Amino acid sequence: MSAGLSIRGLSKAYVPGKPVLRDITLDFAPRGVTAIIGPSGTGKSTLIRCINRLVEPSGGSILLDGQDLVPLRGRALRLARRRIGMVFQEYNLVERLSVMENLLSGRLGYVPLWRAWLRRYPEEDIARAFALLDAVGLPDHATRRADALSGGQRQRVGIARALMQRPALLLADEPTSSLDPRTAVEVMELLTRLTAEEGVPVIVNIHNVELAKRFCGRVIGMHQGEVVFDGPPEAIEPRHLTQIYGGEDWM
Amino acid sequence: MTARRAFAPNWQGRAALAALALYCVYAAAQLDVSGERLLVGFGEGARFLARMWPPNFERWDTLVEGMVESIQIAVLSSAAGIVLSLPLGLMAARNLSPWWISGPTRGFVAVCRSLHYVIVAILFVKAVGFGALAGIAALTVASMGFVAKLFAEAIEEISMKQVEAVRATGAGPFAVLLYGVLPQVASRFVGFSIYQLDSNLRNSTLVGIVGAGGIGGTLFAAFKRFDYDFVAAILLTIIALIFLAEIVSARVRKALQ
Repeated sequence: MSAGLSIRGLSKAYVPGKPVLRDITLDFAPRGVTAIIGPSGTGKSTLIRCINRLVEPSGGSILLDGQDLVPLRGRALRLARRRIGMVFQEYNLVERLSVMENLLSGRLGYVPLWRAWLRRYPEEDIARAFALLDAVGLPDHATRRADALSGGQRQRVGIARALMQRPALLLADEPTSSLDPRTAVEVMELLTRLTAEEGVPVIVNIHNVELAKRFCGRVIGMHQGEVVFDGPPEAIEPRHLTQIYGGEDWM
Repeated sequence: MTARRAFAPNWQGRAALAALALYCVYAAAQLDVSGERLLVGFGEGARFLARMWPPNFERWDTLVEGMVESIQIAVLSSAAGIVLSLPLGLMAARNLSPWWISGPTRGFVAVCRSLHYVIVAILFVKAVGFGALAGIAALTVASMGFVAKLFAEAIEEISMKQVEAVRATGAGPFAVLLYGVLPQVASRFVGFSIYQLDSNLRNSTLVGIVGAGGIGGTLFAAFKRFDYDFVAAILLTIIALIFLAEIVSARVRKALQ
């Protein structure tokens, strides 16, 4: 039994013969923020979605605290998913539900259906939701509808929803790509601070290399479905970026 | 040098219009629809209208009894049709159900919709006998045909991103429906349901003509006895009810937006 996430020989091909991920093997410590950088279409998103099985891997194994997630089905898969929080590029809040309902939807893997339906959540869930709303800086927004919020506010709710799961791992798929530069920094700051406080390891796909260097203790560079760089942000040199993104004109 | 043409002549369109006009003349001759016949018809119509006036509300108790039964048929069939349409709409939605469920369900819903409700009412009168039950059953089938299709279309238009996010929390299939799907379609579902109740009120006044209960039976009987003043009273009451229903449903739908 090893703590943390361990990916072994993971591959994925949406179309047979055209692999998006080629034999990825990575180990993640049970703490800290890891960034995955790379050009669009290089399989970053696919890699992250394979972990919580929103995308079905074609081969390999993904071990979370020693349990292989790849063969899980039905209830076992749901029990694994509830321990993995996810933050999305376009927030993916349920637009017509209130902020509080969106937060509590993070408990759907834990509470019985009738409680979810009647909104009769346990006291401690409600209390935690309010505490997280305070923590993300939206103390007075519990009863607002999600579609009434700005982008930055929505992503704060997205982070709070993921933390409601009390996850053993948090995945963030381009969490700042739909935000303006200043809000992006604020959201990354919030994400890294709250997850550090709760001791949740984070894997974040990110386009912005500067943000990755600033907030992440480890950077993984991908190119055409393969890992081409893996190390601390200080170790990234221009030649690595050339290798990851190709060409030099853009730098 | 020939003159340049700014517009190409549409010979096909002209030919089609000419053919349509010819067919209309032919069909009118076949059916003995002539100017002479039309004049006779209008004369009869005027006499008929004269006999309808003034409307006779003397037998208001029969009238009220029939109207109340019609309203009951409309409400019960709408309720049953909408409740049955919820699972049907979900099963027919191609983005949430596998094709081997959505295909047959869509087929079933299409069959419900394909027969006119009066024909369905006749079938039910033959099957379960005269009375309101046949009317309720017929309008329930008709409601399923329309509401389930509208529900399915609404579900197919939802954002799957929101569904994906709820699924990623580890929610079970019913929790995903409650939190990911239903909030996105609830207000449209209510709108469709009110619309269906509205049309069932109208439809329920007719099924009585084939013996399936409601004011239609009273209306038909009044026709057969040549009680045209009572017919007028019934028609005015139906019109008033439909107007009222439309005003109420328009208000409710506006409030929902």
